[in-house]
Amino acid sequence: MPVAIEVKKINKQFVLRHTRSLKETIVWLFTGRKGDLSKKFHALHDVDLEVQQGETVALLGLNGSGKSTLLKHISGVMLPDTGSVRTRGKVAGLIEVGAGFHHDLSGRDNVYLNGAILGMTEAQIDEQFDSIVDFAEIGEFIDTEVRFYSSGMYLRLAFSVAVHTDPEVFLVDEILAVGDEPFQRKCLDKIKELSAAGKTLVVVSHDLELVSRICDRGVVLQHGNVVFDGPIDEAVARLRTESSR
Amino acid sequence: MTSAVSNGGPDALVRPGVGGGLAEVFRQRFLLKLLVRKELQIRYRGSVLGLLWSYVKPGVQFFVFYIALGVFLGLERSPRNPNGLANYAIYLFSGIVLINFFTEALSNAARSIVSNGGLIKKIYLPRELFPVASVWVSAVHFVPQLAVLVAACLVVGWQPSLLQLLAAAAGFIIVAMLATGLGLLFGSANVYFRDFENIVDMLLMVATWASPVMYAWTMVRDKLGEGWYSVYQVNPITIGVEAFHYAFWLPTTDGSAPIPPNLLSLWLPVGLVVSFALLFVGQWTFRRLEGRFAQEL
Repeated sequence: MPVAIEVKKINKQFVLRHTRSLKETIVWLFTGRKGDLSKKFHALHDVDLEVQQGETVALLGLNGSGKSTLLKHISGVMLPDTGSVRTRGKVAGLIEVGAGFHHDLSGRDNVYLNGAILGMTEAQIDEQFDSIVDFAEIGEFIDTEVRFYSSGMYLRLAFSVAVHTDPEVFLVDEILAVGDEPFQRKCLDKIKELSAAGKTLVVVSHDLELVSRICDRGVVLQHGNVVFDGPIDEAVARLRTESSR
Repeated sequence: MTSAVSNGGPDALVRPGVGGGLAEVFRQRFLLKLLVRKELQIRYRGSVLGLLWSYVKPGVQFFVFYIALGVFLGLERSPRNPNGLANYAIYLFSGIVLINFFTEALSNAARSIVSNGGLIKKIYLPRELFPVASVWVSAVHFVPQLAVLVAACLVVGWQPSLLQLLAAAAGFIIVAMLATGLGLLFGSANVYFRDFENIVDMLLMVATWASPVMYAWTMVRDKLGEGWYSVYQVNPITIGVEAFHYAFWLPTTDGSAPIPPNLLSLWLPVGLVVSFALLFVGQWTFRRLEGRFAQEL
């Protein structure tokens, strides 16, 4: 199996600045740089990760362990300070579904806009449009402005667009915690279907029950370090002991 | 594996998040079109007059300037004021439409990265799309104003030559490139320091008066002398505005008004070069800064 995601020794430091004004920065420069304008925070530390095509990987860890930051590096939203990230084929993120949605546009316009943002061509969206609307169970409301949608409808449509982008690598961040029970099950089935079709999945979630049903492999992060990489059951067990400590 | 990267095929391993700059925007025309359409759809959403505002605002602005400058300050030629500019209304409006395009394009482009922060933080896409879309939207708003200008010109007997129309097109391209370049520059800098929004507002206020929109270029030359006048003339907006005067205003007069020397042979090419250089600087700065957009927004 070829490699789908290759993360080599990446480091990421965040600079937490306390000011966003030019004046304060200049004053600081001229007063002999007293004190710190910024604090550094090591979000990822020498992280290595190699994911084969068709693997289903869960990134686990407590809040602030660097899971979402790692996911953002894989999607290209963030670039590492040192080290390298490489991916094969189209990568699509369900990183906070609906980021590309605009409340004042109709469902239809949002499907096109969001599809294009996620890398679909016009022809692909035209072709998939009915299937997207069907899956989202939006029906006649597709030409209504999204602002009038219930939060469930909104998320269903956003999820539906994302799964129809047909990427090789699928990044999922906490999306499964949304929607009502039947739709959650539908999402889960869709995700399992994708993985059966040989798509690569990388999932970030705090729902340990859920990830152990979807994923085969678990990677545990702690303060920006990978502390465990192996079968999902062991990863979950490890995280449980860590959090109960 | 390295060879797989260099041949760049669809199955190669590639570094995510490294875009191709403005060339990438061209490849993503469909997304650009949708972003522009979205902006146009939501701009006047919920307002009664809607797109009419694109006419009302420049109309009022033109009227105020015309009364204050043309009539009160005596820039318009009349029987009692033979030294004024003939058809001052056309003169004024042809400059105003171009300045309005520039003002709207740059002020929106400079804010575009911050205002689309929610998206930029979550999904990777070529971020140059946002400033370019802002300029594009302003170009769409420019069209009705241009239509009004052309209609007004025709009423007073406008018969331009092909050369004059080409000069207008070149003037528009100069200003559009300048707005895109500065938009990329200030749009990316604004992510780090929000002061740049205010700097842009200030620049735009100066830009309106630093080019011969309200007054004649001869007044500048007479006060500054040839040396400083050349400095004034390097400003791409000045060149763009003069090209518009040459194309829209001059053919409606008896043609006796002087046009800036070497406007076509020297200054238009200079304007194109300066704007292109600033576009390059803007793109370069943008690419240096965009790597940390997601964490700074």
